[in-house]
Amino acid sequence: MKKNRQNFANLGYSLIAILFSFLLVGIIMLIMGYDPLKAYSSLFEGAFGSSYAISLTLSKSVPLVFVGLAVGFALQGGLFNIGGEGQIYIGGFTAAIAGLSIPGFIPAWVALPLAILSGIAGGFLWGGAIGLIKAKLNINEVIVAIMMNYIAQTMTSFFVNGPFIAARSMTPQTEILPQKLQLPKIIPNTQLTTSLYIAIAMCALYGFVMKRTVFGFEVRAMGNNMHAAETGGVRVTRNTVLIMAFSGGLAAMAGIFEVFGTYGRFIDGFSSGIGFTGIAIAFIGQSTPLGIILASLLFGSLQAGAMQMSMMAGVSANIDKVIQGLVIVFIATPNIIRYMFKKRRQ
Amino acid sequence: MKQITKSFEKLKALDHIDFEVERGEVHCLLGENGAGKSTLVNILYGLYHADSGEIHIHGKPVSISNPKIAQQYHIGMVHQHFMLIESMTVLQNIILGNEEGKCSIDYAASKARIAALENMYHFNFDLNKPVSALSVGEKQRVEIFKAIYRGADIIILDEPTAVLTPQEVEVLFRILDDMRKQEKTIIFITHKLHETMALSDRITVLRNGRVVGTLLTKDASPQSLATMMVGHAVDFGIVKKPYKPGDTVLELEGLRVLPVSGNAGISLKVQQGEIYGIAGVDGNGQQELESCIIGTSKPLAGSVFVNQEDMTALSVAERKAKGVAAIPSDRLRNAILSGMSITDNYLLGFQHHKAFAHLGLLRSNVLKKHAENMVRQYSIKISSFDQPIVQLSGGNQQKIVFSREAGLEPLLLIAAQPVRGLDIGAIEAIHKQLLQLRDSGKAILLISTELSEIMEMSDRIGVLYKGGLIAERDADKVTVHELGLFMAGEKPE
Repeated sequence: MKKNRQNFANLGYSLIAILFSFLLVGIIMLIMGYDPLKAYSSLFEGAFGSSYAISLTLSKSVPLVFVGLAVGFALQGGLFNIGGEGQIYIGGFTAAIAGLSIPGFIPAWVALPLAILSGIAGGFLWGGAIGLIKAKLNINEVIVAIMMNYIAQTMTSFFVNGPFIAARSMTPQTEILPQKLQLPKIIPNTQLTTSLYIAIAMCALYGFVMKRTVFGFEVRAMGNNMHAAETGGVRVTRNTVLIMAFSGGLAAMAGIFEVFGTYGRFIDGFSSGIGFTGIAIAFIGQSTPLGIILASLLFGSLQAGAMQMSMMAGVSANIDKVIQGLVIVFIATPNIIRYMFKKRRQ
Repeated sequence: MKQITKSFEKLKALDHIDFEVERGEVHCLLGENGAGKSTLVNILYGLYHADSGEIHIHGKPVSISNPKIAQQYHIGMVHQHFMLIESMTVLQNIILGNEEGKCSIDYAASKARIAALENMYHFNFDLNKPVSALSVGEKQRVEIFKAIYRGADIIILDEPTAVLTPQEVEVLFRILDDMRKQEKTIIFITHKLHETMALSDRITVLRNGRVVGTLLTKDASPQSLATMMVGHAVDFGIVKKPYKPGDTVLELEGLRVLPVSGNAGISLKVQQGEIYGIAGVDGNGQQELESCIIGTSKPLAGSVFVNQEDMTALSVAERKAKGVAAIPSDRLRNAILSGMSITDNYLLGFQHHKAFAHLGLLRSNVLKKHAENMVRQYSIKISSFDQPIVQLSGGNQQKIVFSREAGLEPLLLIAAQPVRGLDIGAIEAIHKQLLQLRDSGKAILLISTELSEIMEMSDRIGVLYKGGLIAERDADKVTVHELGLFMAGEKPE
């Protein structure tokens, strides 16, 4: 009961934080001479106004769910995975190359999972490497992860600019994947693919692992008190590697399903910051599966509606980034809102 | 303070408390852990806000909403955990927040003020030393001096002796006596009876958030105070059943835990049905010995055997599985998951135990039942199993750790400082349970720096000095004086 009330209060604070950011951005729009009501109604229209809009929102949310889970999982284990961006590129690229090199006679139901798993393995190793460096050499995982991001991004960029560039292509990208390896669309002519189901399944699996398994308990114990966990027989070194590896695998899935669903190929720089948005998602969602889904939907709908808003109200589409940023500020500093409430009560 | 009431959620921490102190007195606020002592002074210092009630200073009602305001009313507080910046010097710490000078800090002016105050209260600091180089007692003196420097007339000390050696306690008492002579008012929070008797002018006893009574120290006795604190008569003596040792469970062979030469390390045997006490001054290898047996660190040399099996190379989890249970000396750091639920805390260390886990999945129902059993059996006060363990008093936290480690039939229990920082009631409970465990045939290694605890509980006693076990005696054939000499490094002939 008490826990429920606590969660409810947290949800309340998050909602207020979101409202505040909309309000503040509305004021900014007013000052700049735009009509905030028109802007917001078109934003809403673009995110939820039609089945196309909704599917756009969902398809923008799916990769965010994966990176949100990735960061959330590491956070629960007391580790900070800021390397999602790199893991996305490595995962997407490995999976694309695997998909392109699997011979055509192999049926899709073998080839597709194989390609996806190679991508996950790529992210797993890339994340695990960060964990290994942290566990064995005691180097801060944040620094290692940021470095690994640069390596992943530049390395994949080099590959698709050179050895793996599609024939007669001007843009740095791989060949398009065979149709049978592209994820089926849930609604035709939209970007929404069956990766949505996988995202939901991963959320359920995440919740199950954290609550019901020995490994999940050990992860939570490490996140709560590394020393007590160690004294309680948790193999902290091994788990540090594992947590970062699984986190890397989850982040990689965001890249893989963009490649196999949205774009149908690996394009240089396609992620443009999804990995970092995942950090905000995990914080806002407080590392719980439901929270991560809701936060992803929020950010996904902002991204989806931003286009419509810029067309209808003339406001730059980048304003969604401002709203996102303010949501993060307000949520990361819950005391601001708590303080305002307390003042009012007094 | 009049009719102060404060609740945390449903728990009434303070229930219409009336509390007054006079100028120039040392007033002891006595009570068990969780009685509301700290809550009350935190309200006085502005860290908490009372739900109702009034605070009067020199007869005038005041509203203290934060520590800055408390300082304006000349109230100072020395916390149990020091609020010092380790990398800064003593001087910088003292003047922090009250720097002299307009643009740049006028150290000379500060030093002059400090010197005057040092003379008045007989302090003597090396002002340029970094705080990190000070002993615990010295750090506490800096804290007290900081309060004086800020002009405090009412100084609150929260359990100040918990971290001090007997010699340092004497120094502290002398300082407090000086302050009393300078008409300062001292509120001294403690649960130790002999300190209360030795130091205070008046005593207010709290129990379960209520005032049991306020009395002059000269009218009080330790026995009557204990009864007031606990609510029933307290039995100071411990009755031990006869000593019936069985097979050897733990054997240490030439264990070296400190990089010190000149002794043969630690060699000892602990048998079933006995408590083997490790005495010694803190810092002679107690913590290292503890972690070498638990398995979180490896010894420099030597071996650990449990039931004749060499454990030296085994991991913590493997040792746990073989029945090595432990109550670590640093509870908050090594024994509990403070933000996690009571049920989760019962799982820590036993997450691979076959009762609670099957094929990597947790058996939550079994765990929950076990937690319920333990809480009932050890009469632990909790409000819900989902409540984070950090909300409990130290005594109840320790009872949870104890029942977790002792409740699943261990072969061997390492009890390191098992009652450090606990109140009388909890100490009594833990000691009784240790003896019960001994009588049921378990082997217990008790590591404690409290000589009285070692003398009272142990069947055999070994003395640790610079990482070596320099003497071993039967408990009934040794005197405190003799042990004291061994603890100071004198070798038995």
